[in-house]
Amino acid sequence: MSDSLQPALVKSEPVLVTEAKAGSYAAFEELVNRYEKKIYRLGMNITGNPEDAEDVLQETFLKAFEHLPDFREDSRFYTWLVRIAVNEGLMKLRKRRSSKEVPIEDSQDEEGEVMPREFADWKPNPEQLLARAELETILSNAVKSLPPIFRTVFYLRDVEGLSTEETAEMLNLSVGAVKARLFRARLRLREELAKIFKRE
Amino acid sequence: MNCKRAINQITGYLDGNLDEELKKVLEGHLDKCHDCHAVFDTTKKTIELYCDGKIFPLPDDVRTRLHEALRHKLQQAK
Repeated sequence: MSDSLQPALVKSEPVLVTEAKAGSYAAFEELVNRYEKKIYRLGMNITGNPEDAEDVLQETFLKAFEHLPDFREDSRFYTWLVRIAVNEGLMKLRKRRSSKEVPIEDSQDEEGEVMPREFADWKPNPEQLLARAELETILSNAVKSLPPIFRTVFYLRDVEGLSTEETAEMLNLSVGAVKARLFRARLRLREELAKIFKRE
Repeated sequence: MNCKRAINQITGYLDGNLDEELKKVLEGHLDKCHDCHAVFDTTKKTIELYCDGKIFPLPDDVRTRLHEALRHKLQQAK
């Protein structure tokens, strides 16, 4: 078999980290290529704003590059990146909160009971009834309608798959607070999507 | 179990965090109650849509500026 038919060698994350630490920019760039989309998505989910998400993306990778020698490898490199990105995203929100643009938490959303209003079944496979772009717009608008801390908890737990404990530690919240916010975030997103996907 | 309690347990159930006894009681309620079953089913579907949705794609110009910034940082570090 000729070499050209061999599958391209995909290096593991720890190998790339070792090479990057030893000074290989190509290895670091490969790590960036691997995770840039996810970090941008995380930035958009936390800040809800494309300019802030771009700042989060750049700051995360610039800091990772600068502090790579300090990365002790007691967690995955990607988890370390997420931690940096969450800190950057929360800083962005605090800055905007101090300029009175956006509250990190909406106190009205923190209290009172959450009970669903929509009980209808949804159309089967609603994602197949819409063009991809249309579905993305619906999902994006629904998530942007949540208070920042709700959508951040939802994203870290349900999309990134972090545990409740990891999410609590990253956001400096109690485990109970993460559970309560996740519950509210899920139900509120469901309510938003039900407006579009429910059976008539 | 009433509907209010059932709704409060649905996300714990989705995460597999309920003890066996509570899980059985909730499942019994979901079998009988159409409204709570619909909430359970559509909450699960909501999570699946977000996991598969890949919303907020990285724009090409944002990616280009990221790589330029990193190369600039690399030059400074040399």
